[in-house]
Amino acid sequence: MGLTYQSTGRSTTREIFNVHNAGSELVIALAGNPNTGKSTVFNALTGLRQHTGNWPGKTVLRAEGSFIHGGRHYTLIDLPGTYSLHANSVEEEVARDFLCFAKPDATVVVVDGTCLERNLNLALQVMEITDNVIVCVNLIDEARRKNMHININKLSNALGVPVVPTAARGGEGLSELMAAISDVALGRVVPKPVLVRYSDAVEKAIAQVEPKVREIIGAHINTRWVALRLIDGDTKLVQAIQRYYNDQESKQAEAALEVLA
Amino acid sequence: MNNSTPLNRLGNGCCALVTELNAEGLTRRRLLDLGLVPGTKVEVIRRSPLGDPIAFNIRGAIIAFRKEEAEKVLVVQVS
Repeated sequence: MGLTYQSTGRSTTREIFNVHNAGSELVIALAGNPNTGKSTVFNALTGLRQHTGNWPGKTVLRAEGSFIHGGRHYTLIDLPGTYSLHANSVEEEVARDFLCFAKPDATVVVVDGTCLERNLNLALQVMEITDNVIVCVNLIDEARRKNMHININKLSNALGVPVVPTAARGGEGLSELMAAISDVALGRVVPKPVLVRYSDAVEKAIAQVEPKVREIIGAHINTRWVALRLIDGDTKLVQAIQRYYNDQESKQAEAALEVLA
Repeated sequence: MNNSTPLNRLGNGCCALVTELNAEGLTRRRLLDLGLVPGTKVEVIRRSPLGDPIAFNIRGAIIAFRKEEAEKVLVVQVS
């Protein structure tokens, strides 16, 4: 890429991801495990007004659509289905980079109501990156059919973010989901994600690394999360920061990583 | 645990609990992300015609592993 991204404002980073919107529009990301009905939720919300294309430089299909709620325009981005955000595959990298660098106004994590246990891993990882998370428990009709009852309030309290049950196939819960999205995106509801507490050793390491991370990259990205990834030895993240942000900052981040290694 | 076996040695239909992951780095991360933490129940669903890869039911999703991955997951069989 011959362009230099001098300015690190959010509109600039969003442009890199080909998000075309006119300033006032709110950007909502849709994340989730494979086969949880993300695309069904996407189509139900946008009424199939979707544009498909590729992620920049990647061959992962992406879908973008829009809907209007309460007079506001929302752009919805369907992220690739992943089990994790640790960037082991192109899909995971795309999803992580979008959440991390394009900073959507809200992120909906679509989880499969019939196997929450497997799906909440991703929800927790997304909550580590961004506060503005809504968990959408999809396939609730399927769960009911299997005689599973999900205590939505309890789940919401445990996670610290709004939880909305939906059956996107039948259109159930979609208006509630839209309301929850707009509440979070417009700041009427401020989610307080309950984050994973790691072992003392890891927490101690975070406490050491995080202030340095904050010094280097400021408030662009969630510093606790970057610290965690650095401790994990994630070099791909440093490369990504280099790609999306100022070179100087990332060189410092790289140096910090080397110190840790 | 001394009676633990690699996951790829189990016969179809067997159930087992994960005891240990014998992998490092990205492979380990990947296995953990897929839900294979110690204590997780895994069921052998079926094998492909040549015996590799093998499909497993892990926390409600059916996931196939190659021998190289499956042999790194140590399990104890349960009835």
